[in-house]
Amino acid sequence: MEKARPLWANPLQFVFACISYAVGLGNVWRFPYLCQMYGGGSFLVPYIIMLIVEGMPLLYLELAVGQRMRQGSIGAFRTISPYLSGVGVASVMVSFFLSMYYNVINAWAFWYLFHSFQDPLPWSVCPLNGNRTGYNEECEKASSTQYFWYRKTLNISPSIQENGSVQWEPALCLLLAWLVVYLCILRGTESTGKVVYFTASLPYCVLIIYLVRGLTLHGATNGLMYMFTPKMEQLTNPKAWINAATQIFFSLGLGFGSLIAFASYNEPSSNCQKHAIIVSLINSSTSIFASIVTFSIYGFKATFNYENCLRKVSLLLTNTFDLEDGFLTASNLEEVKGYLASAYPSKYSEVFPHIKNCSLESELDTAVQGTGLAFIVYTEAIKNMEVSQLWSVLYFFMLLMLGIGSMLGNTAAILTPLTDSKIISSHLPKEAISGLVCLISCAIGMVFTTEAGNYWFDIFNDYAATLSLLLIVLVETIAVCYVYGLRRFESDLKAMTGRALSWYWKVMWAGVSPLLIVSLFVFYLSDYILAGTLKYQAWEASQGQLVTKDYPAYALAAIGLLVASSTMCIPLVALGIFVLRCLKRGDAAPVA
Amino acid sequence: MLWLLFFLVTAIHAELCQPGAENAFKVRLSIRTALGDKAYAWDTNEEYLFKAMVAFSMRKVPNREATEISHVLLCNVTQRVSFWFVVIDPSKNHTLPAVEVQSAIRKNRNRINNAFSLNDQTLEFLKIPSTLAPPTDPSVPIWIIIFGVIFCIVIVAITLLILSGIRQRRRKNKEPSGVDDTEDKCENMITIENGIPCDPLDMKGGHINEAFMTEDERLTPL
Repeated sequence: MEKARPLWANPLQFVFACISYAVGLGNVWRFPYLCQMYGGGSFLVPYIIMLIVEGMPLLYLELAVGQRMRQGSIGAFRTISPYLSGVGVASVMVSFFLSMYYNVINAWAFWYLFHSFQDPLPWSVCPLNGNRTGYNEECEKASSTQYFWYRKTLNISPSIQENGSVQWEPALCLLLAWLVVYLCILRGTESTGKVVYFTASLPYCVLIIYLVRGLTLHGATNGLMYMFTPKMEQLTNPKAWINAATQIFFSLGLGFGSLIAFASYNEPSSNCQKHAIIVSLINSSTSIFASIVTFSIYGFKATFNYENCLRKVSLLLTNTFDLEDGFLTASNLEEVKGYLASAYPSKYSEVFPHIKNCSLESELDTAVQGTGLAFIVYTEAIKNMEVSQLWSVLYFFMLLMLGIGSMLGNTAAILTPLTDSKIISSHLPKEAISGLVCLISCAIGMVFTTEAGNYWFDIFNDYAATLSLLLIVLVETIAVCYVYGLRRFESDLKAMTGRALSWYWKVMWAGVSPLLIVSLFVFYLSDYILAGTLKYQAWEASQGQLVTKDYPAYALAAIGLLVASSTMCIPLVALGIFVLRCLKRGDAAPVA
Repeated sequence: MLWLLFFLVTAIHAELCQPGAENAFKVRLSIRTALGDKAYAWDTNEEYLFKAMVAFSMRKVPNREATEISHVLLCNVTQRVSFWFVVIDPSKNHTLPAVEVQSAIRKNRNRINNAFSLNDQTLEFLKIPSTLAPPTDPSVPIWIIIFGVIFCIVIVAITLLILSGIRQRRRKNKEPSGVDDTEDKCENMITIENGIPCDPLDMKGGHINEAFMTEDERLTPL
């Protein structure tokens, strides 16, 4: 007798699970960077167009497939055609790679969260050097926040070749992160459904608090005006459109199998069209909302640094020329400089090389994305706010909620096909399967806590998911529209939900979206081929900044293996099934 | 004669205290930066206090207990406010070695700062580096304590969930075996079809068959 499939307790849990999965760290640390790079306010135009043309249709497709087939990604595509179960396997592989390295971010968020309960914050002051007459040299050359990130958190080695040992502090935090994820997925949808209420809503509370705080900071308007002023000429830049498409694609988390897994636990009659539109709209508006917060924080940080720079220059001039203390202000600095240059030319030329040119634009221009934004730039802004411990705790708690919400989706993508498979679920209970997956991922994830771990993290971040996902979603769309048949799928949906499929979705699924994905795929491939050798940024302790280095041969081989192991699943599994069928043809007639 | 001696003394003093002279130190004050509106003006009385503080620091050095305020010379006071000072020995013809003055000032830096309501950054002795405050290191880092608490909570929660899951499964495993036992005994089994127990259909005669509508309900009440 078949066990009834577990269901979401109510449709709200499903929507919250999708939001919690889709709204992740990328909304906070990638979208503001793209907005800044590609024309500020005018980036919203390609972004919204891509959302309507690419994001909503593909999201609806995945949710519909999951709800119709009522199985994880492997089972769903096996139902469409046995040769296509490789697509499901590829999804599981990509999800597995993602969960391995994504939880390291949660480990870092835990580390910073635990360190936020100190006064003063450990990343706000440089540690003293050996004989206590000055500050640590590396910290002086870089800044205290960079020092805390590169030295205290990562203890990073100068290059990817020097592996170092596993650092016990991040390793403990990684263990804790996996235990928390295990706690949330232990009971399947029963536990996940309750956790997503928190992981979906708490980040918004924190974002709203930060919005109010951010907008009232001194200099916030500088950042907002600078970033949101539309630079219309960027609309003609093809890179802006490509990056908008890529951002929508990856931000929604398509192709990992998580959305199929979540939708498979739905009642067959639920309105997945409405859910798809709601989730994609909420995801995009969260990105825009988060970028307002980020830009106001940028503005505060840039203004603070600019005023600091001016103060340093004033002090230097006051000390050199013994001017009255407090005489030099920001307004009269330029004319006094001119007067001093003419009155004491020799002395002025001596001190001139040390006078930095303070510019608010150059401070605002520092565009950062990824872990650098979250752990260096934000912490630098937070340490200058009043009651910085509170803001720090709130911020890292929000990062944790976002990260854990996405991890729940990732692990669901891996576990749903495993628990669906009769072979595995008959031998092991659900808790044991989840435990094994978490244990294996945690053990492999210890690689990212070694001294060179951050370089491997960057490899996984840049290459594990990008090409493979594009291929997976392309094959998915073609499978549903042409192998399964668009008319058949349409009638299935109508029978299931009671609503007819609008012509818009049919046009998008059959034509526009596959074309878009193919063009993105071609662009990525050509980008990699044209770039020649791949390079990475390494932290040089003696200089206190990042330097570019080439990947060694074995790292390039690892990258190739990463990409190949997921993309090759599709043709290899199809071939394998074909061979098995040929062998079986001797015994019985194949079932149609 | 006395005038001559006076001029000689001041001339020697002028030589001893000069910018860049041997054993002379430059001092820089940033009173406006430190105190803002409550800044005091730098006048001869403040200079007197400064000389007193330096003499006080030197008196704490063994062998120098006889240092007087007149042994501290100030010169080249600028608008900044900055000036140079030297400490001369009682014979009034040479200056005390820089090393002694440096260590004396370092030991009493806090008292000197407090006398002027300034700190190490706003009352600078160039060439005398200040000892930076050592970081307060608690015996157990705070983050480990918080980590330990959260770790224990998560482990306890996981154990509770796993145990309750095992208990639920054991209860479910017992029920099918219970049903199998009574399948042999037909009499006391109550089968339920369409939500109505079939029990009234057999054995107990003269019973109202609830599968059918009762007499009272056939006619709708007024």
